[in-house]
Amino acid sequence: MTDTDTDTSLEVTSTSQTLARQPKGRTGLARILLGRDAVMIYVLIVAVLLFTLTLPRFGSPVTVGFLLLDVIPVLLIAMPMTLIIITGEIDLSVASIAGLTSAVLGVLWAGGMDIATALLLSVGVGILAGAFNGFLVAVVGLPSLAVTIGTLALFRGLALVVIGDNAVANFPPELTAFFTSKIGGTGIPTVMIGVVVVIAIFGVLLHFTPFGRGLYAMGFSKEAARFVGIHVARDKFWLYASSGLVAALAGVFWTLRYSSARSDNASGLELTVIAAVLLGGVSIFGGKGSIPGVVAGVLLIGTINYALRLGRVSDVVLIIVTGALLIISVVTPSIIDAVKRWVHSRRMRHELPQASALGKASA
Amino acid sequence: MSSTVRDTSTSAPVRRRPWSSLARFRELPVAIALVALVLFTYIQNPLFLSPQGTKDLLLNATIIIILAVGQTLVIITRNIDLSVGSILGLVAFGTGTLFADVPGIPIPVVFLIGLAFGGALGAVNGLLVTVAKVPALVITLGTLYIYRGLNNAWAGGKQYFAGDRPAEFGSLAVDTFLGFPIITLIAVLVVVVVAIYLAGARSGRDLYAIGSDPAAARLFGIPVGRRVFLAFLCNGVLAGLAGVLYAARFNSVGATTGTGMELDIVAAAVVGGVAIFGGSGSVVGAALGALLLTTITSALTALRVDKFWQQAIVGVLILAAIIVDRLAALRTARRLRLSEARDD
Repeated sequence: MTDTDTDTSLEVTSTSQTLARQPKGRTGLARILLGRDAVMIYVLIVAVLLFTLTLPRFGSPVTVGFLLLDVIPVLLIAMPMTLIIITGEIDLSVASIAGLTSAVLGVLWAGGMDIATALLLSVGVGILAGAFNGFLVAVVGLPSLAVTIGTLALFRGLALVVIGDNAVANFPPELTAFFTSKIGGTGIPTVMIGVVVVIAIFGVLLHFTPFGRGLYAMGFSKEAARFVGIHVARDKFWLYASSGLVAALAGVFWTLRYSSARSDNASGLELTVIAAVLLGGVSIFGGKGSIPGVVAGVLLIGTINYALRLGRVSDVVLIIVTGALLIISVVTPSIIDAVKRWVHSRRMRHELPQASALGKASA
Repeated sequence: MSSTVRDTSTSAPVRRRPWSSLARFRELPVAIALVALVLFTYIQNPLFLSPQGTKDLLLNATIIIILAVGQTLVIITRNIDLSVGSILGLVAFGTGTLFADVPGIPIPVVFLIGLAFGGALGAVNGLLVTVAKVPALVITLGTLYIYRGLNNAWAGGKQYFAGDRPAEFGSLAVDTFLGFPIITLIAVLVVVVVAIYLAGARSGRDLYAIGSDPAAARLFGIPVGRRVFLAFLCNGVLAGLAGVLYAARFNSVGATTGTGMELDIVAAAVVGGVAIFGGSGSVVGAALGALLLTTITSALTALRVDKFWQQAIVGVLILAAIIVDRLAALRTARRLRLSEARDD
């Protein structure tokens, strides 16, 4: 009984809290400069500056090149993953799709197909794989976590069926050279242009189109989203298909960068991608997150890993840092929230004793 | 997937009362599939069920069964623990270290230390999830990395081999009792104890209530935080047990022991009919799921199916299990609607 009482009064204080806060909410520039994404970007800048000052070999084009080449697969897959997690779903099969694409590409090329057709077909396989996820999740309505654990095994298994434990390595040298080439003396990989285009497409899609706004609505409440006329199933289907497409591109990149098509390419990458996306401020419950935040999150993990490796810190610490960053990034906001709520409810009790009494009476 | 209030009414299957006979019925398809698989393989290749073949089958399943039982406790509360593979690795390496550094240490003491170690690691997960109120998927993804990192730091390039451990310890995985390997009997005992706890004990029933609707469970007066913490703690203890048994079963333990196991475990539970959004499922089902997944690998080998097909078939099996679940839930929902209409 006492439990019920405190709960209703809590609800009342929380609505009056939002009402009281609304005019005080940050607007315009302040909102952009103090938001969660901006904080991630500041942390990234501070990290880069710190490493440049303390590590003699960090601030060089070589660093930029290797760092970006290392993060490109994660950065690519993180884009559709961000959108999917914002709708409250998840896709664990992305790394397996990349592996399957790599295997198909290898077998087609080894079988004598010309490289352009092989590339197109293998990316097509990736799209089909994503659409299969999309069908099961969006059309049939199965839980995405369970479905994509299943397709994680299935697609990786199909990669094994396609290529076995062989590896195909003799890709056209001019193509593999292109995938590791840099733009002039900047050290930025040429492929980065394509990656930026992908980021821009997903950024615009999420932040500047009705489709994107709909994704946030779905993440908050699927029912409500359907009632306001959002095509939940159709939109989700296309999200998974796009996830398959981008995972396939990452698989192609992986194959040609290392010049090796194997069934176990990119295995285990799904958890790295999800860790980076969550670090970038996307809520696992959906409804919250942004592309700039995720890009900063991916680059932050990449930068720290690279710097620690340059500083001869063993890989051991790298894994711990990734895990700790992830936990800190989610625990900190909830601690701040708890403190804020505590301070606020204390003030409410001091200033407005009659309001909470009223609330209780009406409830 | 967390203990906080959240609307999953459309994505989660329609909730059933897990104690009703319908839900108990849910283990039947898995059991039938298992029996059919074993029979078919046996007819094709009688060596499959030779004493040695059966023993290998059971040994392979043992560790996965124990982990799947622990994972079920956590999934029923609408949480998940991805860090079990890393916990298993740490405890397995710890077991190797104990035998190497403390010569003549009694085996029961090693078991106790392993269980306590696993329990402590599980308790860290449980505390972070319940006190900080952060989704379990995120927390345990973080501790998956952290525990694995600690294991790497501790082990470095070092590995302990079967020769470093006393012969009696290794024989746990060799000796049989009534045809069952000793460590498999331990796993069966775990399944029975946890099944009775979930079906009979008040706090066990609470786990289902929490998974079905955390907010309602809280209003009902169930100490949600404490129960979820308990589920993570038990899962840690069981992962610890699995770690010690891993050291008994396998030749070497090192920095990478147990890597990538987490999704297999969740898959075993899902195949066994444990709903990924909590509130339904049983440890018997999860154990059958684990047995089915490990048996299929051996069966395909016995049937001389190309080994490369194995993983794809496992994937198909997981998807089939989810679809069966969905169909069962739809049927139950329709039946409930009909019976309600008749009552009105």
